[in-house]
Amino acid sequence: MSLLEALTFFPLAILAVIGAVGMVVARNPVHSALFLILNFFALAGIFLTLLAPLLAVLQVIVYAGAIMVLFLYAVFFFIQPGQRFTLAYSLPAQALLGSLVIIVLFTLMLYTLYRGSLFSVPSIGAAESFKRGEIFPINAFGSVLFSRYLLPFELTSLLLLSAMIGAVVMTRAPRNKNILQKKGITTEAQGSKDE
Amino acid sequence: MNDIVDYSVVLSLLLFSIGILGVIVRRHPIVMFMAIELMLNAGNLLFIAFARHLAEVNGQIYALIMMAVAAAEVAVGLAIIVALYKYRAEVDVDAISAFKG
Repeated sequence: MSLLEALTFFPLAILAVIGAVGMVVARNPVHSALFLILNFFALAGIFLTLLAPLLAVLQVIVYAGAIMVLFLYAVFFFIQPGQRFTLAYSLPAQALLGSLVIIVLFTLMLYTLYRGSLFSVPSIGAAESFKRGEIFPINAFGSVLFSRYLLPFELTSLLLLSAMIGAVVMTRAPRNKNILQKKGITTEAQGSKDE
Repeated sequence: MNDIVDYSVVLSLLLFSIGILGVIVRRHPIVMFMAIELMLNAGNLLFIAFARHLAEVNGQIYALIMMAVAAAEVAVGLAIIVALYKYRAEVDVDAISAFKG
């Protein structure tokens, strides 16, 4: 790991962890979304240090651009005067137990990696070809994507089409008037319960 | 342990754990969904790190396809949440325990 890599990787990693923790901790869902955007930008920088420039650009465009805008629209769309978004945590005992489970899981995964052979096997020639500046050119990416992975690529477009149709169908305006009346009643009940 | 790939793997594990913690701790459905996105990104980071480790381009293509799948998943998931809000007008996920028409 060269000095340049260390100087770019560790600040970005710290930013990514700050974004992730802030996303979980923030009380306001809009703040959660902004912390997650910070995390995505830091991860895009890490993708650059991992020699994936195309994916770094796509990370910014697709995740930080499209997906997070969709999230923010969904959040803004549902902030109504009667609704409270800040009481969205579990019970303290649940949160404590969850944190404990996560710590155990993380140490278990780390221990498995440590006992396995990952941390002792040197990487296969990546550093040398990186020094020569010839690793992962973008045309190699494209030629592999459109030859060997052509079928998954086309299936991905089908998946996106079906997801789009599904989203449009599910979010239609309800035709039934009774549902709207029921919704008004439940909103009032929720508001009075919160008071 | 002195390669950038090793640190990337550890960072990926950390981000994945924080994502699971977000799903467990938070109750707001949209924030839980963001935590799922965080876990998907941790998986992406792992793919790209091993693509560099093995000096192959295949892992990056898997990461690209995963991004498209994540976009489709976000569209469908947010549509489900929007539909639930439209019919129930409740915030807590515990209140949305049953799918009824």
